[in-house]
Amino acid sequence: MTTPTAEQLDRKTRAALAELLLAMADDEFVLGFWDSEWTGIAPVLEEDVAFASLAQDEIGHAQALYRLLTDLQGGDPDRVAFGRRSEEYRHARLLDHPRTDWAFSVARRFLYDTADAARLDALVASAFRPLAEVVAKMRREETYHLLHMHAWMERLANGGDEPRSRLVHALDHLWPDALCVLSGVDDGPLVAAGVLAEPLAAVEQRWLGGLAPVFGRLGLPFPFRRDDDRLEPRTAPPAGCRGPERSDDFRWLWEQFTMVYRSDPEAIW
Amino acid sequence: MSGPAAGVDVRVVWDALAEVPDPEIPAVSVVDLGIVHAVELDGERLRVELLPTFVGCPALDVIRDSVAARLVGMAADVQVEMTFAEPWTSERITAEGRRKLRESGFAPPGPQPQTRGDLPLFATIATRPQAACPWCGSDDTALENPFGPTLCRAIFWCNRCRQPFEQFKAI
Repeated sequence: MTTPTAEQLDRKTRAALAELLLAMADDEFVLGFWDSEWTGIAPVLEEDVAFASLAQDEIGHAQALYRLLTDLQGGDPDRVAFGRRSEEYRHARLLDHPRTDWAFSVARRFLYDTADAARLDALVASAFRPLAEVVAKMRREETYHLLHMHAWMERLANGGDEPRSRLVHALDHLWPDALCVLSGVDDGPLVAAGVLAEPLAAVEQRWLGGLAPVFGRLGLPFPFRRDDDRLEPRTAPPAGCRGPERSDDFRWLWEQFTMVYRSDPEAIW
Repeated sequence: MSGPAAGVDVRVVWDALAEVPDPEIPAVSVVDLGIVHAVELDGERLRVELLPTFVGCPALDVIRDSVAARLVGMAADVQVEMTFAEPWTSERITAEGRRKLRESGFAPPGPQPQTRGDLPLFATIATRPQAACPWCGSDDTALENPFGPTLCRAIFWCNRCRQPFEQFKAI
């Protein structure tokens, strides 16, 4: 396989790669901030620790991805992470929701982590080596995210009326926006250049194909119908999957996580 | 000055690195953990490449600084850098490192979960990490929390000696 350096990619592929890196980095970054909000108030002490660690992992992944982006197109990773206006973030709408209740945070993380896992699978052999290297590292950490969130999905789904109904309600609310995680990026040039193994629509099918038996086993509604071997959503994903329209909740979070940077961009903390 | 300082060769550099402790588990050194990827001594330039254990590990800067501080004076130009050129995995922890971990009350990492490039990450969803109790040696243990006091540590419970213990995660 050829391994192009950033300079050898054509302009269109570089632009698409920058779009992909920013989308992935913003997904990890914003989810990391939402989940860090559970620190101190999670239902049990173990989950305080777990969600803090999950958040720390995601923000670490975002940092590595922002750095790949600025290596590609110049600039400063901190400036990209903290120096943009709220409407310039490119995270999926799934990450526009606040943490809400515990079942909601568990459902959101499970949908995100599994979609992200399918995305990482499609990047692990990327022809763009720097990304393949970071992804190889991220995948090893994501194994722990998946097993932890899967354990919580089991616990809530089998935990009696209230946990189960809260989980079902959260999933019902989140499904359309979850479909945004594997969209909103110009994947054509990336597949042609071998940066991404297959189109995002195919990655999405692998994601849903992996989830179907899990939802079946847990007896949870799975709002897709089979159409020739494809799983078609019963509700289409919304327009503007990766902005620029943002929720008030995200603007509130943005106010929080950019507060130090906006008051002093040179601050070290 | 031309060339490395008198008496300095690659072996001396490795010996020095073996004295740099991990900031979160000081009983083990950066060499025990297998995070030293390369040591290159080329005339006046000494270059050391380190592999991050976790992408978001907050100790990375501390590790880099303490390695640089230990190597100061070994060459005119000492460079210490982090690289993702090869993913660090817990398989890189040396036999000596595993022994030191056990002596400090940490279970060494077990076999790696399936994260081979050709297997979907999804296949790992029902992974159940295993660990032998570092206190009594029993395998009758249960994972309490895959997330412990630092990113690289998980918490287990030993059903035999009825004590909690930590494991250095298998990644």
